[in-house]
This record gives sequence, structure tokens and C-alpha cells, in this order.
Amino acid sequence: MYGAPLTKLWNADPARPGRVCYPPPQMSIGSSPPRRDGLSKLTGRALYADDLRPHRCLYGATVRSARAHARIVSIERDPAFDWTGVTVATAADLPGPNVVTLMTDDQPILADGVVRHAEEPIALVAAPTRERALAAVRAVRVTYEDLPALLDPLEAEGSPVQIFGNDNVFKRIHLVHGEPSRVTGYLIRGRYRTGLQEQLYIEPQSMIAAPRPDGGVTVTGSMQCPYYVDRAVKRMLGHDRVNVVQSVTGGGFGGKEEYPSMLACHAVLLSRLTGLPVKITYRRDEDLRATTKRHPAVIDLSTLVSPQGELLELHARIWMDGGAYHTLSTVVLSRAVLHAGGPYRCPHVNILGTVVATNTPPNGAFRGFGAPQAQWAMERHLDRIARVLGMDPLAVRRANLYREGDVTATGQTLHDPGAFAVLDAAEAAAKAPFRRKTLRPGVTGASMKAGRGVALAWHGCGFTGNGEAKIRGKVGLEVHGNELLVLSSSTDIGQGTETIFPMIVGDTLGIAQDRVTVAQPDTGRVPDSGPTVASRTAMVVGGTCFKAATELRAKLEAKVGPGSFDEQLLRWRNLGLADPTHESTYEVDASVVWDPDTYQGDAYPTFGWSCVIVDLRVDEDTGEVLYDRVVTATDVGRALAPVLTSGQIEGGTLQALGWATAEEVVLGANGAMRNDRLTNYIIPTALDAPEMVTCLVEIPFAGGPFGAKGIGEIPMDAPAAAVAQAIEQAVGIVLDSLPMTPERVLAAMGAR
Amino acid sequence: MITRFVCNGQPVEVETPPMTRLLDVLREELRLTGSKEGCGEGECGACTVRIDGVPVMSCLVPVAQVAGCNVQTIEGLAGALVHPVQAAMLEHGGAQCGICTPGLCMSAAALLEENPHPSVEQVRVALAGNLCRCTGYQKVIEAVSHALVDTGE
Repeated sequence: MYGAPLTKLWNADPARPGRVCYPPPQMSIGSSPPRRDGLSKLTGRALYADDLRPHRCLYGATVRSARAHARIVSIERDPAFDWTGVTVATAADLPGPNVVTLMTDDQPILADGVVRHAEEPIALVAAPTRERALAAVRAVRVTYEDLPALLDPLEAEGSPVQIFGNDNVFKRIHLVHGEPSRVTGYLIRGRYRTGLQEQLYIEPQSMIAAPRPDGGVTVTGSMQCPYYVDRAVKRMLGHDRVNVVQSVTGGGFGGKEEYPSMLACHAVLLSRLTGLPVKITYRRDEDLRATTKRHPAVIDLSTLVSPQGELLELHARIWMDGGAYHTLSTVVLSRAVLHAGGPYRCPHVNILGTVVATNTPPNGAFRGFGAPQAQWAMERHLDRIARVLGMDPLAVRRANLYREGDVTATGQTLHDPGAFAVLDAAEAAAKAPFRRKTLRPGVTGASMKAGRGVALAWHGCGFTGNGEAKIRGKVGLEVHGNELLVLSSSTDIGQGTETIFPMIVGDTLGIAQDRVTVAQPDTGRVPDSGPTVASRTAMVVGGTCFKAATELRAKLEAKVGPGSFDEQLLRWRNLGLADPTHESTYEVDASVVWDPDTYQGDAYPTFGWSCVIVDLRVDEDTGEVLYDRVVTATDVGRALAPVLTSGQIEGGTLQALGWATAEEVVLGANGAMRNDRLTNYIIPTALDAPEMVTCLVEIPFAGGPFGAKGIGEIPMDAPAAAVAQAIEQAVGIVLDSLPMTPERVLAAMGAR
Repeated sequence: MITRFVCNGQPVEVETPPMTRLLDVLREELRLTGSKEGCGEGECGACTVRIDGVPVMSCLVPVAQVAGCNVQTIEGLAGALVHPVQAAMLEHGGAQCGICTPGLCMSAAALLEENPHPSVEQVRVALAGNLCRCTGYQKVIEAVSHALVDTGE
């Protein structure tokens, strides 16, 4: 469809280090028009959920569990508090099943009789002001009878404490390929760990429920997946008079994939009881303590390798902590298992993954979705192999990177793997000199040691296996006069959906992209395009935009014959026909075959590839890591709008550096986040961020619009391991656990 | 208590308890919702406004403290026009989800008025109080560094 695959490199311009070099524009694809929502965001006119204030809107707030695992003995209102105008809701007030509808019906909307994690919602209040609502929360007294709590995921399987099923296992996945244990070589083992990470969207969770004149409800709020919310609210209410509208959303990163469904159920319940609009906006500390995080992982790897460092056999054991409820843990584990081997060939593979329940707040979706954890382990393991064999870490990688025609652990044959292309591009760009960042006040520089690290990653684009075939995402197109409207439930959460969909539709129809706009996602108006997750929006839903535009042209042509789109439209109207509309459904390539039982087949329609080279310095006095420059080279298939594409990569890269050296979630004795403020949960600032050189490598994917692949998550995969390798080179310490905070770096240096 | 100050060039008068946060006065009383609340404790910078030209986090300022002051919010940064910082952010892709963007623009505008030719390090220092989770700051820094060229210096 797009001609023979060809590899084009758009390297950083060596004459201007730090600058991205963009491919020449061709129609609108490949150019970078200003983002559609840019001006309204820059001038403060864009309305986010908490900026909306419907007439007579009440404020909702949540009574939460203080205990990790307990029976609720009583929920009482403090008689000394003035309850005038305050509404309280508990599980007894729910009109339908007490379940947050997602994958498994295990999570209640409000705890009923028992709490399984600290911060679990027990009751809700609504009041005319935020202050009154918060005061009312403090005036609700919950009495508990403590139950034994299970907090350590490694103790979950045999624990007498039962949280899920009879063994606390949400899911076990076993992937075997080749004939493990039939070869001999050097046996190298290691254990690798990763910690919790908070998405930390800057806009806290926020949702408004407002009664409709027909007795239904409109839910408006900050979210990634309007149809998740739609299904959850309809099931709770037991009727379909529900529509869900996405307001401008201040970041998601997975944190607004599934959690908003619960928040929406809460707002809708309060609205139903009061007959008024209700808004719930979390304070930052509440958001940090109560909402989902990245799954922590413990990963044991053992490999047999040849004297040349080639992987002969890989055994992986993955444990992940899902928290008290299932949320999306099964799918997170699946992606971890499928990415466990990294972008490296290995003929014999045996991977066993388990995700378990503990009495901690549920973990959930976060950019990368299990793949960053798995690839952190594999990259660190390759460094261990290099250490044992006395090889250069890059040489070990070169000996194993996937090549054309290689077969993955699921038996998928790779075509056009980009591993060497991104490595070459990153190495070329990293040759350019860079300016060391000026040291901070008080740092002399005498104690600084420099290091460089390199790591690679792959990332499956879109849903795993037959996921897209199940979802059958839809996109609608409507012609209104001279303009076109795209109807889709894909949300723009900053990545630029509103900007790229019109470019795809405009170029496909051969008209200017600015004649096309995207409708605000409203489940009462737009079809279900599937969720805004899994690096699928540009590739899969963008591909459906391409299909819809192509089919619309065919529809016109069948009626009025060939011509330009505008000529066809004119002739269509001359026939007295109403403005045309069309809806298309994503179709999975029939050649993609996946067996979810054996975990064999084509795990993903295609893979993205990335290479990261980090230059940093370690302060031997404080253990602090200062980043000088990060070069990334990423195979994006086709950069639809390069400024948006590289913006995704740069933002994801810094989020990964935060995971590597700054961000640590400290759990209290009750299993909830103790450092629940931005003063002690540290994310990188402009001072911490490195100079970034972003190379976009384009190896077109025939199944993506104009060759595009998904790129949202891959920037999260490789940086942390590159940082660990650079620290090792700088000061000679080996760190196999994340995060590598100054305290841990200092402790490791002390133990040298 | 009645507090009088100038907001975006207009004299305003609000009646609130004196310790009411300036951010709440702006958002709830004056309906200027461009200043955002990201943390409520002066860490994220999404609520940055300028008081007599100085960028401050409005979630930390009791309204009584701005009596008689000139307060400028994102809505008043360029009036009906577009400030060079906003234009450069649009061109360079400095805004993604946009929730931190008004605060970043206020800090950047204050920097450029003080120092029209900042080094990259000076830009980083000036923006260090504004957390952004989307961009990695690369394009924000590019935008602010280029905005000074566009001001006709």
C-alpha cells in the first residue's frame, strides 16, 4: 500500500547539536502545523474539568479507609457537626451492582463491609462548598476491626490472607519457546527490581456529573477512555440515559485510563441522590495516595551465553504487585512477559510471570504498561553478561540484536526490525560534542565523575494479539458544507490527536487539513474507537481515519464518478443529496494470528525500536546524578507531525529519567503512599532535565496511516537502564534496583 | 474583608476572608480559570501569576497581601493579542496537555522582561519552579530561547 519498505534516517544535524532535523513536508503529513488546541491552552481559555462550574454545582469528597485490611464495623456521622445541606452516600445507596466495570468484577464502587487497602473509598459526601465537603469527610467516623494484612507481593501466593481467589494470583502467564534446558554455555543469573511510580499528570483527577432533563446524566471530566466510563456508569445505574464527555485533559500517562470510571460512579451517585450537578476534584495528596501507580516488579533472569556473548537460553521469572484489585494487571503482566527478552534474539526461552494481590492501593496503567520493568531487567542483565565475560556492554548487545527474519519468543517472524537502525542513528548523533550543564550553586564539580551509558528497547504497537479484532474501533466522518468533522472517542490528552487526525483525513482526501476538525469526545455523539492507550491512537485509530476517508471517497465515486474530492462533493450536492457521512471499523490484517492460550503467534502488528545514549555525572559527595545530554533514536514508522512526535519522545524520556533516579513512592505501615506531596515525591524540573537530541528514524509500517507506528510508550523503556550503565561507568557501582536515588547511589559507593 | 487591587489592568474589589488564597479569588470570584491548581503547596507552579511584575505562586498568597498591587494572570499577559512567549510556545511545540502552560508562560515572560538575552541555563533556572510532565522541557526551553529573537531585539 505504501510501496516497498524503505529506511530513511532523519538524524540530528551535527552542525546544530540539540536540534531535531525534520523530513521535508509532503502535503500536511510530515509537517508540524501548530497544534489545534495550542492557542486556547496558551492563553488560559481552555476549560479543564475543574474550571467548569455548572449552576448550583455541589462539591463532592471521599471518605477513605485508614486501614490496609479491615472489617467495617460502623459508619457514623459526628452528631456535633452541622449536617445541613450535606448529603452522605454509602454502598447501601447504590442503585445497581457495587462494581467498577472494567475487566474483573472485583472492585467495589464503595467498600461494603470490608476494606482491602488503605485509601479505599468507603463513603461520599456532597456539600455546597469544597470546605464544607472536606469538613464533612472529617466528621464521618468509621470504626474498623482489623484483619491481617498482606503487604509483601513475594509472600502473596502462599499467604493465609485471602484477597483474590484462593491464592491471591490475578494471573499467571507461561511462555515457552524452543527447547529450554537442552543447551550448554555460561550460566549467568541476576535479580532486578523496579519500584512504584506515580503518573503525576499535573491536572489532578476531576469529574462532574450533571442531571439531564430526561432523567439521565451527563458526565464530564478528565479522562483517557470515555467509553470505559460510559459502560461503568450505565451498569451502576441500570439504564442507558448516560453520556460521557471528555473535557480538556491535563495529562494522563495511563493514570486516567481506568481510574476515572470509579470517580465518575462516585460523582453520578451523589448527583442522583441530590438531584444536582456534583463535581469531585482530588487534592494532590489524595490523588497521590489513592490512585493507581506503575506496578512494582521483581524479575529473576538466568541465561546461558556463548563465549562471544550470544544468548543461547533465557529463563525469566517475573513477579508483579497488582495491589488489592485486579484493574488491568493481567494485561500489564502480559506486556511484561512479551517484552521480557528485550530486542534480542534467543532460540530457547522460558518465561513465567505472576501478578498477585496485596493489601495496597491497586496499581494500574502507566505508560509502557509492564514493558519498562521487563526491559530494565534485561538490559541490566546484558550488562552483567558483559561484566562476567569481560566484554563491552554494547558489543554484547550487537551480538544479539534482532535482525531481519529473526523469530521472537512467541514465534513471530520479524520484518524490517529497526534495532540496528536506531543504534546507528543514536551513535552517529552522540558523536556530536555537547556543552556540560553548568553546575548548580554549591556544587564545586571537584567530586563529579562522568559516565556514558547505552540501552535499547522494543515496544509492541497497539493491543496485544487479537485485542484490536475484539474491539473493532470505529471512526465517523461527517461533511458539513465545506468542512469535515471526525467523530472518534480517542482523546487528546496532550499528545496531539486533535491535530493529527485532520492531517490524515485531509491528506487522504486531497484537501487542506484545516478544513477538518475533530469533534469533542462525547459518547452520546461519537462512536467507540477503543480506548486511548497502548500506543494505538495514531497507528490504529489514525489508520481508521485513513480508512474512513478512503471509503468516503469510494462512496462518492460510486455515485458521481471520478474527480477531486471537491468536484465529487459538488456533483453529489447537484443530485440533491444530503451532505455525506461515513463510519468505518478498524480491520485487523488477516495474516496476524495469535493464540492467547499458548502465547504463540503474532503478539503485535509491528514493533517500535529505540536506542538511548545518556551522558551524566555522579556527585561522589552526595550520590546525586546530573544529566548532561540524552540522545534518543526511535523508529516511529513515519513521523506524522514531527514536533508532536519528538515532543512525545522527549516527555517520555524525562519521565523515564525520573523513574530512574528521582521518583520513589514510600509506603507507610498501612500500605498507602506516605510521601504524598510534591515536596517529597520528586519529579524532574527544567534544571534536572538534560539537553535532548531526538532522532526520528522512519521504517514505515504498511498497516499504519502513511507508515506511522505507535510511539507513545516506547520512550519509557530504555532510559533507566542506560542511566544505570552510565553510573556504573562513572563510579564503578552496580545498581540493579530502581529508583537509583542519591541515598542508594551513596550507599552503594560506600560499600565499594 | 474588602480587598482592592488591579487585575489585568482593571481595578477589582473582592469581599472575602483576608486569608483566602489569591488563586481561589482569581478562579472562583473573578472566574479567571487560566491559573491552575496542581498541588496547592507552591511546588508545581501551575498557578503562577505576576504581582507587580514578579512571578509568584498564587496558591501561597493570601488575598490581603495583594491589596493595592498589580496582579497579572495568563488572561492579561497579552490582552487580546498574543505574547511573544505564547507565539514561540505555539511554534516550537512547548505546550502539550497545557495544564502547566499558563504558569510556564508567566515565568518565561517575567524572565524575558528582566533579561532579554538569557542563556539556556538561565532559562532552566527561571522555569525550575514550573513542573511539566509532558514535554521534558526541551521544546519549552527552545521556545523561550527563541522568543527573545521574536521580540525584535
